[in-house]
Amino acid sequence: MEDIAAFVKKIENEFDELEKGTLTPQTNYREIENWSSMHALIIIALIDSEFDVLLNGDDLKETQTIQDLFNLVQSKTNNG
Amino acid sequence: MAKFSIENIEIKGISAAVPKRIYNNIEYDWISLKEREMFIKTTGVAQRHVANFGTTTSDLCERATNELLKKLNWNLEEIDVLIFVSQSRDYVIPSSACILQHKLNLPKSCIAFDLNMGCSGYVYGLSVISSLLNSQLKKGLLLVGDISTLHTSHKDKSAFPLFGDAGTCTAIEFNQNGEKSYYNLQTDGEGYEAIIIRDGGARNYVSEVSLKSKKISDGIERNNIQLELNGIAVFNFSLKEVTPNINELLEFSNTQKDEIDFFIFHQANKLINESIRKKLKLPIEKVPYSIEKYGNTSSASIPLTILHALPKQLENKNKKLLLSGFGVGLSWGSAIINFNNVVCLPLIEMD
Repeated sequence: MEDIAAFVKKIENEFDELEKGTLTPQTNYREIENWSSMHALIIIALIDSEFDVLLNGDDLKETQTIQDLFNLVQSKTNNG
Repeated sequence: MAKFSIENIEIKGISAAVPKRIYNNIEYDWISLKEREMFIKTTGVAQRHVANFGTTTSDLCERATNELLKKLNWNLEEIDVLIFVSQSRDYVIPSSACILQHKLNLPKSCIAFDLNMGCSGYVYGLSVISSLLNSQLKKGLLLVGDISTLHTSHKDKSAFPLFGDAGTCTAIEFNQNGEKSYYNLQTDGEGYEAIIIRDGGARNYVSEVSLKSKKISDGIERNNIQLELNGIAVFNFSLKEVTPNINELLEFSNTQKDEIDFFIFHQANKLINESIRKKLKLPIEKVPYSIEKYGNTSSASIPLTILHALPKQLENKNKKLLLSGFGVGLSWGSAIINFNNVVCLPLIEMD
């Protein structure tokens, strides 16, 4: 799997209202400006298409930061 | 494994009626303008047709049916079956199909019953009516649709801007020259709470408490006779189940993906549908949409999308379509059906 910097960039690219460089691994993604459940769906779709990992609501509840998301995806790709 | 084929069936015509009144989601001021823009971009729903209070699904279906029967010039006496697929029926009791049998002047020899299904309802309904017709009946009417807007809370940003209303009619007949159609139908009731109206049935009979609006979370307030939608659960389910269901059907029917002329998906939301389209590696021109103008129209979305996007492509032609419905239940299914010279009526707008 790719590194965390590339992962952050991918998420950033999904939200075109975000200025480049706004997000870091430590960003709590729910605190992204104007965060809504639409953003959650976009992240699920991105991770599914890029990594073939399908996250559910409980998975998301376990994570706060983009680093958490990255770790979660990594653990799921390694296991499966 | 509910994979099966049905012979001797031909679809003769499709019609649909939507309410004339349009709701533009950019004007949905319960949420901020930024949120509205984000919602429209992600779900694809810019506007939807909304029924006036008091207009029912059966009213829309009745109008669509009358227009189609006129066009097809069917002898009403030959109609042996009417199935009404809806989750917004006229009454708790009796079936709306019985009322429609009378309103449409169908003979007393006609079978009429309701199927209580939503997003998967068109595919399920087609399988049921086709199976019945294949027992040597003559002609059948499949009336499908919902007034979902009646059940959503204006203060629920997760459901209110998503749904639109529509009623459709599909005319089907027994025909020994009809080509075989194929089905793959599935269910997972463990997810029954993903899309639910909690009160008003026998499990939680309607009471004063049912009508009390509660704040669920930011931007979401509703009562218990209004629709509750767990967007993430539905999204997760759709991404997980729809693609394998379709691939199994293609394999079962020995059909190559590129033999299918059009893939018509239930119009859940644009992000879900585009994700499924990309998973299946389908070109965009084979996957038409109606969601931008009509929203998520529940069980009506497949026939409505056909009429909205494909009338010219289907007129006087023989095309192979794959239909896929998925959602409330949880229930999902797909079908491969030949559309041979199917009459597609222009969409009707009703006051």
